[in-house]
Formats: sequence, structure tokens, C-alpha cells
Amino acid sequence: MVLDPDERIDVEEILKDLDKYRPKRKGWSWRKKRDSIKIGDFEYKNCSDSLKKSVPLPSAKYFGDIDPQPDYSITTEIASGRFEDDIRRMRMAAWHGADHIMVIRTAGQSHFDGLMEGTPQGVGGIPISRKQVRAQRKALDLIEEEVGREINYHSYVSGVAGPEIAVMFAEEGVNGAHQDPQYNVLYRNINMVRSFVDAAESKKIMAWADMAQIDGAHNANATAREAWKVMPELMVQHAINSMFSFFAGMKKDNICLSTVPPTAPPAPCLKIDLPYAVALRELFAEYRMRAQMNTKYMESSTREATVTHVLNMLVSRLTSADIQSTITPDEGRNVPWHMYNIEACDTAKQTLVGMDGILEMVDLKKDGYLKEKTRELKEKAVLFMEEIIECGGYFEAVEKGFFVDSGLYPERNGDGIARKTDGGVGANTLYEREKNYFAPVTAHFGKNNIEQYNLKNPSDAINGCTFENPEKIVYIDELDENDNVNVRMNENKNLRKNKILKPEVEWLGDGIVQVEIMLPAEKRTAEFAAIELGSKMNLKEIEVIHKEVLHPSEGTRIQMKGRIDASIDIGKLKIPKEPEILTDDEIRQAVKESPLRIVAGTVGEDEHSVGLREIIDIKHGGIEKYGIKCHYLGTSVPCEKLVDAAIELDADAILMSTIISHDKIHYRSMKRMNDLCIEKGIRDRILIIAGGTQVTHGIAVEQGIDAGFGRGTKGRQVADFLVKKLGESDNEN
Amino acid sequence: MERKDDFNQRRSHLKNLTDEELKSRFWQLSETIVRPMIDMAGKYTSPSIERSILLRMGFSSIEAKAIVEQIIDRGLMGKGAGHAVYRLSMIEKCSIKEAGTMLLKGNGWDDLIGSFEEGGK
Repeated sequence: MVLDPDERIDVEEILKDLDKYRPKRKGWSWRKKRDSIKIGDFEYKNCSDSLKKSVPLPSAKYFGDIDPQPDYSITTEIASGRFEDDIRRMRMAAWHGADHIMVIRTAGQSHFDGLMEGTPQGVGGIPISRKQVRAQRKALDLIEEEVGREINYHSYVSGVAGPEIAVMFAEEGVNGAHQDPQYNVLYRNINMVRSFVDAAESKKIMAWADMAQIDGAHNANATAREAWKVMPELMVQHAINSMFSFFAGMKKDNICLSTVPPTAPPAPCLKIDLPYAVALRELFAEYRMRAQMNTKYMESSTREATVTHVLNMLVSRLTSADIQSTITPDEGRNVPWHMYNIEACDTAKQTLVGMDGILEMVDLKKDGYLKEKTRELKEKAVLFMEEIIECGGYFEAVEKGFFVDSGLYPERNGDGIARKTDGGVGANTLYEREKNYFAPVTAHFGKNNIEQYNLKNPSDAINGCTFENPEKIVYIDELDENDNVNVRMNENKNLRKNKILKPEVEWLGDGIVQVEIMLPAEKRTAEFAAIELGSKMNLKEIEVIHKEVLHPSEGTRIQMKGRIDASIDIGKLKIPKEPEILTDDEIRQAVKESPLRIVAGTVGEDEHSVGLREIIDIKHGGIEKYGIKCHYLGTSVPCEKLVDAAIELDADAILMSTIISHDKIHYRSMKRMNDLCIEKGIRDRILIIAGGTQVTHGIAVEQGIDAGFGRGTKGRQVADFLVKKLGESDNEN
Repeated sequence: MERKDDFNQRRSHLKNLTDEELKSRFWQLSETIVRPMIDMAGKYTSPSIERSILLRMGFSSIEAKAIVEQIIDRGLMGKGAGHAVYRLSMIEKCSIKEAGTMLLKGNGWDDLIGSFEEGGK
């Protein structure tokens, strides 16, 4: 199976023969960093190889459609609850530069005692089962071929079934996972002793599979009342998990710290975030940095979230990162939608590429505030650890509520998360290994009496375990006949098999649309008026997802979502054919045969010149290159002057540029130009063409002129129009 | 515990350390904290660890769960669930899968326990 960029991925095909599917490879793939790489006209210092297929940033068209890829791995988190629809989102994200696909688990999976199987629908994530993992890895194996870069697939090895999940991940080619027993302890109330015992096994398995590990420290940022006050403790959490992982057999190169800049504007965030980032990178120089973005202060404004995330990436670029997370900017109001995953990937790509080479120009100061703050944080972390040891060790410290206290250490507010050594889920479920304890498998941590059977490798006892012989893996398809992917896909078969289109934000055919409205009213009035307007638009299940005060009484901006039941049959859709444009040679030949002369200028009180110069100038590939004689009169030219010049020069066409569009002035200028030409008696022998960012062809023609060209127009399109239109009138004559 | 910020007093023994000394102290302390936990991890096992072993031996998650429940009930966790299956396959001269299936059906347990008792702890 090979993906065709012009066809949607066939999920049914992915699901076929899954029982026999084996992943292409194991282990994490880092982007290949280059000291220097030339892309288009530019030299990049912090980029990796470009993709075979991708969607570049919108403004790439001004730069030869280049799509530079930063050196960091870019994460996207996917969590719609339906893995079959998530597969399509993964493909979109990969085309926008994501190579670390992080799949969030369904609510409650960490307390599920064993592996989940089948494909039940999830809440805020998917139940991570072998079938879903295998299907998604299979899809990613195809998608990575399509884009030309390895894509890392990632989920969670935590909860009370960590070791089993780790085994399943190792068998199924999962490339990275969150694994941090402290997460179990602090946020999932899973027994702490059990969590650490299980973690050693999980980590050993992950090490065998060469998986990258991300710790759970960032959760303290999201949980603490004032997230920046837990900075010293976070360094301690990172150290505990990193050291424990290393002792369990993981190489430091695969151990990633999940670190978040803890503050956001309106706090002076760089003053707090940067010393913390520097301190971490100095202490943990041998480990990897997974730069997570701040979610603690995310509200429903996607713009605000995006700016915070850009600032977070400034911290990454000023220090370092190996994996740059992206948080979908709509996370504060939705379970993220497709388009916001893509926005977040583009934000990361745009920002990181934009800051390429920054450290060649800027140095962080080695003294003063930054140095003092960095030192202070490190000392506080050391003091924190000294106190853990003084009180008897990690478990005792957790019992005493050392962690996630809202005081800035060594200050203590007594509100930390305390857990009992013999409490929590899975308490009293540990068993001491006896002298003849034995486990006949690979990647088992700790005591394993293989001597009693005279074995070199434990799994020799059974002629290799699933790690050596994947054909031993037992694949379970479905356990629930009502809650599974086949039932769901049968329900929306129509949308996959036939050419029927419905709006979609997360699930095929969900019918959700977002509407943006500004109402000249105070917040509550605007909110309820907007809902009423939504009903009049025939939206169902309307929900206001964002409101922003423009002024307490003058106006409120509302974003709302709702479901629309309409669908479109593509077979019956009338799509106008894209106009065929003459080739450069054809235009040149036509101009040679019947020479062309135009006058041009930006009309009205309008000083914009760039667009029109691009249409005209030979050096921008404008119409001069075809031999068209151009007389450019400049900016803020009155319509009369252009008409007079046209008469004087006996021009074939007037090219009027009009950028300012307030109060529809641009359309009024077009009408005026038409009227003037009629008055002067030249309208039947001259073409009037208008161009500008807000110009629509249809509305321009309604003003009486011949054509309107909008944003993104190239000289060739204008020349094509001139040649064809004048050719027609020659024929008429 | 509530406590006012006493950083300035508390740090007195650190303030003269170089950055390198502070860093090495940081890592020594983390090793001191983690060492007893990693040592303990190697001496204990859990239902999830034993199920993960059975998965690696070629059992399904459903089988692994049922076998480990019985292993717990019969007090054999200290031997290892995978060990129990392996031992029975040797006693019965059958495959690992067959041994596991026997245990799931409630067969072979007495022989297995007897064999472990002979071998001692």
C-alpha cells in the first residue's frame, strides 16, 4: 500500500490483515541536524533536511515555496477518542512538519489493571490497545514514506499496568513514551512503592526497544497554584526520574526532561522562565530536553495561547531543545480540533525557522541577574534533596507532603500532595522475589535466577520470547461487539465510500462549524444574542467557546461552535474550471505580433506600491518581460490623470491598483474610472483592470470595469488576460 | 509543614561551592535518593510485571491476567508466574502454551507446587 497525495488515506485498508502486521522499525529517530544547510536563497544553521512532501507556510510563495524544517523534533498531541479519525489528522500533521505523534490515553486508563483490547471509543483520548496502536503505527509507516522522514509514535507507560503496556509498545514499534513513577504517585494516587517497582521493569523494556522517554515533571506546573514556585522541586523530580531510568538501563541519550517555561504574560515571563531553562540545561547537560509549552494559563483565546507558545520557543532557541512540543491553541476550549493541531505545528515551524541562527548573534549574559537566578534555583534544588535525605528518603518525603507545595522552596505552605506508603491504588500488591525466582524473558529488570537452569539468556529457556520471535505475539481483535471501529465506520460509510462532504473538526461527519461574530453589545448580551443568531443560521448544539471584550459596552467578539446537518454531494457540485493560462512563450509571441501598451498607478489617496510593481516590473517577473510597454505613474494618482495618460499614450489598458478598501472606496474608484473613460469617449477601446488585496473579480466587473485581480496575482495572469481580451476585440473588429 | 523562606541561612554551606561542585553535589544527592529505590525494585515483583512476562512468553493479555490471578491465589508470586508456566512445561514435557492452558483450566497445579517444594526456596 502506497499513499497517493490526491486521495484520502483508506482506513479500511489499514485495518485489513492487522493481525499479521509488523512495524517497519523500532526505536526513536532524531532529526538529522546539519551545521549548515542551504534551502532556496538562504543558509540555515538550525534546520534539518526538507521533506519530500509537505505543506509550506502560507508566505512561502514569496520565497520560492521553500519549507525549511527545524532541527528539533516537533510534537503534536492527538486525542479525539476515535483512532480511525486520528489517523487522518496524523497525516495532515506530518505534512505540516510533525514527526512526534503523541497519542493521549482515554480518561481512566491509568487505573485499568491490565491491557485494554479492541477499539472502544475513548474520552479525551483513545483506549491504548494493541489493535489501535498497531493500526496507527501501520498508518504512520505509510505516512513517513510519503513525507520522507521517520515519524515517532508515542503514548504513555504509566498507571497500574505499566510493564504490560511497555511490552506491548516494544512489540508494536512504539518509539517513545511518557514514563515517570512520580506521575503515578502524585497525580494518579497509585501506590508509590508499586509505582517505582513497576517503573524499573517498564524502563528496562523501553530501553530494549530503544524508545525515548519523557518524564512527568511538567504536570507539577499544571497542578501547582502558582506554577513558577515549583521550579526547584521540578529539578528534583527530573533528577529522580532521570537517575532511576539510567539505573534501570536506559541510555541518557533517550532520557528526555519534560520541561515547561512556568509563566506566561502578563507576568514578565522571560525573567522567570529563562533562568530556569538555563539552570536545567546546565545541570542536565547529558540528557535531552523536551520543551513543553505552557498550558497552565491557557484560556479560550487561541491568539493569546499562540503568543505564549512563541515566547516558549524563544526560550528553546535561546537555550536548547531536542523535542519541541506544540499545544493546540484551542485546548482551552475544545478537545483539540484538526485545524488547531495543524496551526500549532505551523506556529512551531514558523517560529523556530524564523529564529534560525539566533545564537550566532546573541549571547546569554554570564553574570548579573541571569547568573544569580540560575545559581539560586540550583542551590534550592540541592537543599530540597538534602531535606529528602534528612527525612529518611523519597517515600517519607512524599508522605510528609514535600511535593507540589505552593511555597517557593524553602518556603512551605503545607499544601503539598501527600501520599501514604501503604495507600493508593495497587497498595500491598508487591511480592518479594524468592531465591529461585525466575522469568524466562528478555529485558526483565532485577533478580532473575537463571543459574538454576544453566541459562545464558533467560529467554533461551523458551527458545526466545516475543522480543526475539514476534510471531509469538497474540493479537486480540475486538472484545465488545457494539463499541468498536467497525460499528463506527459502518455509521459513516456514506461519507467515505461516496463523494459526500460534511464539515468536520475531529470526527468524520461531525458537522461542527465555528462561527465568529462581533456584536456591538456588552458581554452577556452579546453571548446570548450570538446563540440566537446561531439558531437562525440553523446551527444545532450551539456553544459559545470564546468571548472577548472589545469594550465594556461598545463591542464583544464571540466565537461559537454548532452542528450543521447539511452535506454536499461532490458529484453534483458545480466547480468552475480553473482558467487556462497562456505560457510565457505564447504571451511573448502574441505581444510581438500586436504590441501592447498600458498605463498604471495606485489610485486615490493610497501610497501602496509593492503589489503593482510586482505585476509590472521585469525584475519581479512582471508583464514588462513579455515586451508590454508600461507607463507607471506612481501612487496616489487621481483617476483623471490615469485616463489622460492613457489617451495621450494611446494605451490599450489601464492597470489601477487599489489597496485601501475602507467603506468600499476601492470599488467606488473602479466605477469612477469606468465613468471617466466613458465620458472621454475611450471606453470602447481601452481595458480597465483593477488589482488589490481586497479585490474580487465578480464585484469589480459589477462596477463596469473588465477585470479584478486579488491577493497573490502574478504578472503572467494579468498578461494572459490582456492578450486574450485584446485578441477577442481584434477578432470582433 | 509550614515554613517561612529561610534560604539565606539554609544555603550557608553551599554558597562557597563552585558551579561544578554544586552540580556534582546535585547528582550525588540524587543518586543517594534513588539507589535504595532501584535496589528495592530488583527484589520485588508485581501483578503487572508478571503479566508482562507472560505476554513476552506468548500469552494474550486475557490469559496473562487469569494466570497471574491464580498464581497469587496459590502463593507462587515469589517464584514468578513465567517460572511456574516454564516449570510445568518441563514437568509435563509440553509446550509453554500448553502448560499455560493447563494452568488456566485448573490442571497441573499440585505437581507444580510439589516440584517447587522439592526444589526449595
